[in-house]
Amino acid sequence: MADKNNLIVYLEYEDGKVADVSLELLTKGRQLADKLGIKLEAIVAGDNLKDIEKQVMPYGVDTLYKVEDKRLYPYTSLPHSSILINLFKEIEPGIAFMGATSIGRDLGPRVSSALHSGLTADCTSLEIGDYTDAKSGKEYKDLLYQIRPAFGGNIVATIVNPDCRPQMATVREGVMKKEIYNSNYKGEVKDLDVNKYTSDTDFVVEFIDRHVEKSKVNLKGSPIIVAGGYGVGSKENFDLLEQLASVLGAEVGASRAAVDAGWVDHDRQIGQTGVTVRPKLYIACGISGQIQHIAGMQESSLIISINSDPNAPINAIADIVITGRMEDVVPKLIKYYKKNSK
Amino acid sequence: MSLNIIVLAKQVPDTRNVGKDAMKEDGTVNRAALPAIFNPEDLNALEQALRLKDMYPGSKVTILTMGPARAAEIIREGLYRGADNGVVLSDRAFAGSDTLATSYALSAAVKKIGNYDLIIGGRQAIDGDTAQVGPQVAEKLGLPTVTYAEEIVSAENGKAIIRRRIESGVETVKAPLPLVVTVNGSAADCRPRNAKCLQKFKYAAVPSEVAADDKKKAFIESRPYLAIGEWTAAAVDADLAQCGLAGSPTKVKSIENVVFTAKEARNVENTDEAIDDLIKELFANHTIG
Repeated sequence: MADKNNLIVYLEYEDGKVADVSLELLTKGRQLADKLGIKLEAIVAGDNLKDIEKQVMPYGVDTLYKVEDKRLYPYTSLPHSSILINLFKEIEPGIAFMGATSIGRDLGPRVSSALHSGLTADCTSLEIGDYTDAKSGKEYKDLLYQIRPAFGGNIVATIVNPDCRPQMATVREGVMKKEIYNSNYKGEVKDLDVNKYTSDTDFVVEFIDRHVEKSKVNLKGSPIIVAGGYGVGSKENFDLLEQLASVLGAEVGASRAAVDAGWVDHDRQIGQTGVTVRPKLYIACGISGQIQHIAGMQESSLIISINSDPNAPINAIADIVITGRMEDVVPKLIKYYKKNSK
Repeated sequence: MSLNIIVLAKQVPDTRNVGKDAMKEDGTVNRAALPAIFNPEDLNALEQALRLKDMYPGSKVTILTMGPARAAEIIREGLYRGADNGVVLSDRAFAGSDTLATSYALSAAVKKIGNYDLIIGGRQAIDGDTAQVGPQVAEKLGLPTVTYAEEIVSAENGKAIIRRRIESGVETVKAPLPLVVTVNGSAADCRPRNAKCLQKFKYAAVPSEVAADDKKKAFIESRPYLAIGEWTAAAVDADLAQCGLAGSPTKVKSIENVVFTAKEARNVENTDEAIDDLIKELFANHTIG
């Protein structure tokens, strides 16, 4: 059987654990593979990969390709790209996903360039659908719709790759949901010989030093998030948000505009090019609500918007709207939280 | 040891100021309708190049950009800050390029510039946020890449030492030259304009900017350092099948201005009483506490 046109996910693996983003992509991949009646495949390259089957098979992986070699960890561009390029030439997948991480965003472009296949970065939604080329009138069935906000988040674009394979997409961590498919699922494992897929000239980047720092910011795990946007107006006003967050036991998040303004660190950015969050309570202060931000927080259970503009777009998705300057509203929230918490 | 450095830069629409006519009907960007700026992370890249030039006297920094003749503005901006010269890659054949077709065209121009040790660009441009062009140019040229760079510590004896900042921490790597490096926004800001450079390059222009003005044309001809290159697809021997829409595997199926389906939001007055009640309610339903 010509076993082609399947869906393959590149797995990131660090400290004996498959990255969440990879498991999220397997979950999405399994859904789409079922819809298309194709197999879900996965590829991992690294060192010490022994436990990996147990971690990924429950997500419904039919074939797991493993390339194990000391030199494949930590990740560098060339050997990992060569493995994907050569494997994809051999198995001709129809669709390939990777995390929109510093690894996936380094690897994906190189692979897509070598194979002349289209790649869409930071997708927020992946669907299957048909496409008619406007110029030639040619019809295509069951293409991958790669949906992403574009242009600074002012629009949402649906991108397709009609003629080139694989159809490649990267997705950020937290955008897709992670769900076990079948805890007894057993796919096949294929060990690949590193020398067949890479050459010595791929191993040219050497590590001098490597510090793994665990981020102190835990936006994804926080049940309450206090987020500020451009309307916060200054770094001093951001301190007010930090005070509110501290009394509520919340994390501080920010829109891209606030990060660009230099008031908050980049690792607190929420949205398509930042983190996607689903907290119990999201308090948006001075955030107008560009698509790029809303894509990263709209599934919050309760959204409170504090904005001096009663017509701010974010108010359309908020549950509670307080119209007013955040400098006035936030101190009141702090005051009455303290009063009522006793 | 001096270096030849090419900086990849892009003039981008300032996506923080987008109006209604920003998109054309075919789903591509109507750049003419928007304020245009030097892509922020490309300025970080330029700074890294200029620091290497300071470190290794005799080094040369060439800025390469693709876009309309108007993109010469960012080359001039780069010259004012210390770059040596620049090229605008400009041809209708490049219109509608996705990242792959863009990378193809840029790599063809890099080959024409030739004799390079380092190619440095910003990690990504603010209009697309894809971060794809740097690694794709590297692949087209058969060069290694180091992405997410925060500092190019040194580049000598055929090797560059680079510090990268990624989600999980900091890495310092050593990679062989020639090499493509993409630079993060967390890297050092670009130095301001230099008064001497500003004086020197004030009248730098691409040929099409001065085509109608014989005086300016003659002035630039008498001072060759003022001539910014303006290259067409033919000038860089580009295969037209790989350029523009034809060379782009990704197609835009549709573009939407998303209108959020409005929930019925409840308004809470900005008064002490109303906010007191709201906090009580959030405690009562265990949202906070």
